[in-house]
This record gives sequence, C-alpha cells and structure tokens, in this order.
Amino acid sequence: MREVDLAVVGAGPAGLTAAIEGAKRGYSTVVLDMNPRPGGQLIKQIHKFFGSREHRAGTRGIEIADTLFYEAASAGVEVIVEAEVYAIHDSTLEVVVQTFAEDSLILPSEEATTSRSRPLSIAARRIVLATGGAENALSFAGWTLPGVMGAGAAQTMINLWRVLPGERILMVGAGNVGLIVSYQLMQAGGEVVAVIEATPRIGGYGVHAAKIRRAGIPILTSHTIVSASGESRVERAVIAKVDASWEIVPGSEQELEVDTICIAVGLYPNARLASLAGCELHYFPGLGGWIPVHNSRMETTVSGIYVAGDLSGVEEASTALEEGRLAGICAAASLGKERAGDHDEIKAIEGRLLGLRSGPFCQHRQDAKQELIGIGEAQCPQQ
Amino acid sequence: MRVVHHPILGNLPEVQQVRIWVDGKEIAARKGEPIAAAIAAAGIKIHRHTTKREEPRGIFCGIGQCTDCVMVVNGVPNVRTCITPVTEGMTVETQHGAGRGGR
Ligand SMILES: Cc1cc2nc3c(=O)[nH]c(=O)nc-3n(C[C@H](O)[C@H](O)[C@H](O)COP(=O)(O)OP(=O)(O)OC[C@H]3O[C@@H](n4cnc5c(N)ncnc54)[C@H](O)[C@@H]3O)c2cc1C
Ligand code: FES
Repeated sequence: MREVDLAVVGAGPAGLTAAIEGAKRGYSTVVLDMNPRPGGQLIKQIHKFFGSREHRAGTRGIEIADTLFYEAASAGVEVIVEAEVYAIHDSTLEVVVQTFAEDSLILPSEEATTSRSRPLSIAARRIVLATGGAENALSFAGWTLPGVMGAGAAQTMINLWRVLPGERILMVGAGNVGLIVSYQLMQAGGEVVAVIEATPRIGGYGVHAAKIRRAGIPILTSHTIVSASGESRVERAVIAKVDASWEIVPGSEQELEVDTICIAVGLYPNARLASLAGCELHYFPGLGGWIPVHNSRMETTVSGIYVAGDLSGVEEASTALEEGRLAGICAAASLGKERAGDHDEIKAIEGRLLGLRSGPFCQHRQDAKQELIGIGEAQCPQQ
Repeated sequence: MRVVHHPILGNLPEVQQVRIWVDGKEIAARKGEPIAAAIAAAGIKIHRHTTKREEPRGIFCGIGQCTDCVMVVNGVPNVRTCITPVTEGMTVETQHGAGRGGR
C-alpha cells in the first residue's frame, strides 16, 4: 500500500490548488483523476472567463488548467490520470487505474492489450475531495435516444476533441452554460436551431445572450421540450410554450428538425464518493443539491476529509480555486506544521470568497454557504 | 464530423493516426482521443443497447459519470468510451445488455 500525507480526488481547479498548497508545505501529495487529462471542467472552456484579474478573468479556462497543472508539477505534486477512486475507508483510498495504452506508465506493456485495470490502495493522512459537479438530466419522451446529451458533453466533444456531435442542435436551457455552449457549437460549425428556456427570463449574462441573438438564433423563453423522436437516434424535437403554472399551452407545439438536443439545466455536486466515505450530506437547492456538510476549514463530518469546489456547492472556477487553496492550507496545517503566514492567507481567501459571492447574482450562494458552514461548525470535528 | 477550422482554436493540429476496428469496420482515429470522439467523428451514434428493452444509447455526459457510453473494448465489456483513449489496433463492439456472452 502506498502512503502519502495528502491525497486529492479530482484534478479540476479545486483539486489542483489544494494539492499545490500541500506540496508547497513539504507534504507528499498525490492527485487522482479518472479522466485522461487533468484540469476538470476547465479543459473544455475556450471562452474568456469573467470575474476579476485576480481570478484570471480574460484568460481562457483551458489556459488556466495548463498553468495550474504546470504549477502543481513544479511544486512536486504527483498527478495520476485515468485513476478512479471508488471507495474510501479508514483513511484509505481504493483506486482503479484503467488503461489500454501500451506506453502507459501504469501498466507493464505485456499486459496492456489484455488487462486494462489495476487496483491501487493509497493510505493518506489527509484527503481533499474535489470531485466537481455533474450535469442534471431532464426527462421527457425520448430523452434517452442517442443525440440527447448534456451541454457539457457537447462542449467537451467540440473544444477538446474537435468533433461536432451533430449538425442541427436544439439547446435546452438559457443559463450561462446553455448560452456559452450554443455559441461554441456555432464556432465549431454546428447550426443551433433555437435555445429554449422554461422560465420567462434568460438566466445567463446579457453579454452571452446578445452574442446568440446577433447570430440570429432565437432564444425562446417560456418554452419547454415536449419530446424527442427518431429511428434509434434523434431526428426531431417537439417544443411548446408554457404558461405561468408551467402547463403546456395547447396548440403551441412546434416541431423542429434536429439531430442533437443539448441539455443545460444546471449541475449537481458529485457527492457520491463523499457519501461513501461517510460524510454527512445536507440538501441546498441553491447550491445544486446534496452537499457534504463542512466547517469554515472545509473539513467534513469525517475527521481528516476535506472538500472544495463544485462538490461543496456548484459555483464557478474562481470560487473553486479559492476553496481548493483553503482546503489545502487547512489540511496541511492540521498535519502539524502551521506556517507563519497561514492565518493571514486564510483570512485573505475568506475575504476574496466573500467578494465573489456578493452582488445580485451571487448573494444567495453566500447565504447558503453561511448556513452550511454554520451546520458544519456544530457537527464537524473540532480543531 | 471533425472540426477542422476553428476561429479560436485554429486549424486542427496534425497528430499521429491510430487505427481502430468498430464492429469489424476500420476507423481512423487521432492518437490520444477517447473512443467516443473517434466513433462520433465517423458518424456512429449508438454505443449500446439496453438489457431489457434493447433501446439504443449514446453518449450523455462525456466525462465518465453516467455509463451510457459503454462498449465492449478488446473483449472487455462496460468500458466507458468517453474517457478511454484509443490505442492502435483496438477492437470496439456495440454492447448488448451487460455485454457478456453476446447479450
Ligand atoms: C459551460 C461552462 C462554462 C463555465 N464558465 C465559467 C466562467 O466563465 N468562469 C468561472 O469562474 N467558472 C465557469 N464555469 C464553472 C467552472 O468550470 C467550475 O465551477 C469548476 O471547474 C469547478 O471546479 P472543481 O475543481 O470543483 O471541479 P471540476 O472542474 O468539475 O473537476 C472535478 C474533477 O474530478 C474528477 N473526478 C470526479 N470523481 C472522481 C473520482 N471518483 N475519482 C477520480 N476523479 C474523479 C473529474 O474527472 C474531474 O476532472 C463554467 C462551467 C461550464 C460547464
Ligand atoms: S457519456 Fe457518460 S460515462 Fe461516458
């Protein structure tokens, strides 16, 4: 069994920053990610980020991911990809490393074509879970047909792998993700037929909506998807208007010829592993769903297990970077070597998080986080 | 369809080609890409058929979370094709049910 001081699950912005803080303080640190490329959601973001300069606004997500990965590697963090953590018990992470690659560092080459997985157990003195979020599904007639996919899946396909999953696309959801991905699908050569939104208002930022409108794509508010149909794959969709009580307005149905339907109706925290590890969860609709209860040091109800990023409330890359840092510093400090500057750094991070969670769009997140931390302070282990 | 020209990402960079076999048909893939990307580029949308009703399924999440995209790879069933990179000579088959014993 391998032994490390700090094990981090997830190589997104939260996981990488947490790991950097651990390694910078001289602790042996390993990051595990089930995807073949580190960076989490950032690796598919080719738009310039909003926010402040401090949070690398104006930089494309994919560039932030590369910088973070480089920073982590130079700090001495070991990042293992294609490594899925499937259980945590008694401070031990159970990992399965899966690959078919002959030149993989993990599998001896003679095994590579026949065997694809190798178990790995890692005993860690501290664990940071940064497993991110996953896209919500939406059920309607035909929603399981090939061609119905998460907007994030389509985004990964076009921006990371450079494959257009379909040619005529219906986007369901006009939040930032729906708007940004619609625009990026066009940049990749796809035709977005319409963006529909069940509420009467566009949820995403005005700048993103304006770009879509300028391209001549209709954004239909108070519209929902009724069905998808086709022979073994999506060939058409039926949409309709909804009234104030979310009922379909009879006679308002429209048929659209599309081969792809992208669902952008929010993300939920990917809390499965945290739950398996015994962390207590609490339901916060404003933060995406079930969230591991944590205190102000990001420690959960299981002593030694910390959380950060979208897992501890679906927010943004900027908050994930800050929370990751916070979790990393606190986890490292609890190992014994509290550094002189730690206290000030924690205060500074808390200040920046407060800033990121203020304003009309974000205040509800601050309120929910405050309530979550309140529960955490009472339930989580004391320092 | 490959995204060859892109206003922000530029032209598709040249990479080493890898050959994979999908249900017996040869497909050219790009080294490093996941199986799901290679078969989507070849126009294939169905990855598997469900156990009871044999309904078709394709990719849904693209990041290894939902298992809708599993196929039989080099004889191994239930491989998530969206997070498994291609390798030279790999065989990929549409999965039926749990993928064992042909059903
Ligand atoms: C379309 C879109 C646009 C966005 N635009 C912006 C923006 O402009 N500005 C902004 O600030 N934010 C933006 N965001 C949000 C931002 O990308 C996320 O909030 C951020 O990536 C969350 O970081 P994270 O580290 O918590 O999780 P993620 O980035 O989701 O990373 C989690 C990682 O954990 C891994 N993982 C999960 N479970 C396991 C397991 N069991 N074992 C091993 N590995 C595991 C996953 O593979 C993944 O790599 C956008 C998001 C989307 C979808
Ligand atoms: S598409 Fe969800 S696991 Fe592959």
